[in-house]
Amino acid sequence: MGFLEPVGRLALDALEFHGRCVTLLGLTVRGLFRKPFDGRALATQVVRVGVDGLPVVLLTAVFTGAVLALQTYVGFKRFHAEAWVGSVVALSMLRELAPVLTGLMVTGRSGSAMAAEIGSMRVTEQIDALVSLATDPVQYLFVPRILAGIIVVPMLVVLANALGITGGYLVAVRLLGANPVVYVQNTFQFLDLNDLWSGLVKAGVFGFLLTLIGCQQGFDTTNGAEGVGRATTAAVVLGSLAILVSDFFLTKVLF
Amino acid sequence: MPGSGGLPEIRLTALSKRFGPKVVLDGLDLAIAKGESIVILGKSGTGKSVLLKHMIGLLTPDAGTVEVEGEDLWGASRSRRDEIRRRFGMSFQEGALFDSMSVGENIAFPLKRHTKMTPGEVSARVAECLSLVKLHGIEGKRPSELSGGMRRRVGFARAIALKPEVLLFDEPTTGLDPITTDVLARVMIDLRDRMNPTMVTITHDLKVAFEVAERVALLDRGKILVDLPPREFEASDDPRVRAFVQGDGSEDAESGSPEEAAV
Repeated sequence: MGFLEPVGRLALDALEFHGRCVTLLGLTVRGLFRKPFDGRALATQVVRVGVDGLPVVLLTAVFTGAVLALQTYVGFKRFHAEAWVGSVVALSMLRELAPVLTGLMVTGRSGSAMAAEIGSMRVTEQIDALVSLATDPVQYLFVPRILAGIIVVPMLVVLANALGITGGYLVAVRLLGANPVVYVQNTFQFLDLNDLWSGLVKAGVFGFLLTLIGCQQGFDTTNGAEGVGRATTAAVVLGSLAILVSDFFLTKVLF
Repeated sequence: MPGSGGLPEIRLTALSKRFGPKVVLDGLDLAIAKGESIVILGKSGTGKSVLLKHMIGLLTPDAGTVEVEGEDLWGASRSRRDEIRRRFGMSFQEGALFDSMSVGENIAFPLKRHTKMTPGEVSARVAECLSLVKLHGIEGKRPSELSGGMRRRVGFARAIALKPEVLLFDEPTTGLDPITTDVLARVMIDLRDRMNPTMVTITHDLKVAFEVAERVALLDRGKILVDLPPREFEASDDPRVRAFVQGDGSEDAESGSPEEAAV
């Protein structure tokens, strides 16, 4: 029966991880409504997540839009539907690709950085020092970071939408010789405001998940420097998984 | 002396704590009177820091109670516990300074969070705290620019910023050279004489212990083994005290001490 042991351990670890996330989320929500609200810390985190994420998110968006135009053009040409490339690029970016890819990029950039920072605070007793100074560490560390994630990821997604559509336009018009007027017309003709909103709601949820997991992994770090490395990796892996899995269910709900 | 007049500042009753299979505290009892300076000695890995962290509620006991002036720390609400913690100042092993802040911001942190002082009053208090630990004009430095001894002194300064009634020192001199150790011991004695706090110091440095203590306790196998004034402690003929004072590890080496094996 030895083979069941790792399975059981995995299940217990998964349960423990979810339990910790829920507990810490509860403490965060509680911290959100308790004084003092640290506006300056929030501003710092917003700037950090935004500025750190901006270049990588924008590059990702341009090239995703571009390759999307390239691929759909090849496919659609086979049944003479090249005119609809613009619609496909715009819909895919707004509803799916911009939020998911932005979420993944911010996880790699900021979720990991949060785990590393909070993790090294844990192993150097700085979190104990916060408690000894009568400061709730979850309120002090989690609240500004999670709020920043919820605020900044949708903002980045708006920019990613614009750049993705631009990337698609450049490829279709400049490279493949599509008619610019028709392309632009078709890009926006079938777009609904709901497409934008559903993408932004997803982005907010992803921003929440990746920051919560980044903070949790850092906060629960054990075993010194090695543990900080492990927490950082886990923040990226678990954050990315959370985004991909929740994306399916969000799409199902928001259709 | 313990129990002389009024409630003890800190009373630990039947305190037990284990980490996995390792029993660290095993039904430990200890009462510390107001204004008293106690040093808790013990070998590495006997749970001295664990004991200290229970006093301020950084660790939750598995069994037993922690009372601060008669108030049960873990029976109190979360916010009440934070209020009780404000009466404490704790200095950590490596200083535990916030490395995202300057020295001045570190010391100002509790003042900004817990008082309504103006920025001018805060910086005056920061300078005052620094001068109490014999440091001057380093407010703008980053913790990473400081030596180990200075970092700990800044940690002291942060711990005393709110004028606490109780000061906890976790291994204040471990890993420092003899001269720096002496400087830190002097700073601690000076703080004791000026602020007259209840002071709990964890160390395995006997020289520091006998300099700052009014009472010396030896922690061994999860319990307080001996609890005496410094002179009597030094003269005690309890074999484990003698082994500790003389640095004699023959008994542990032969029996393969379980504490060492578990670390």
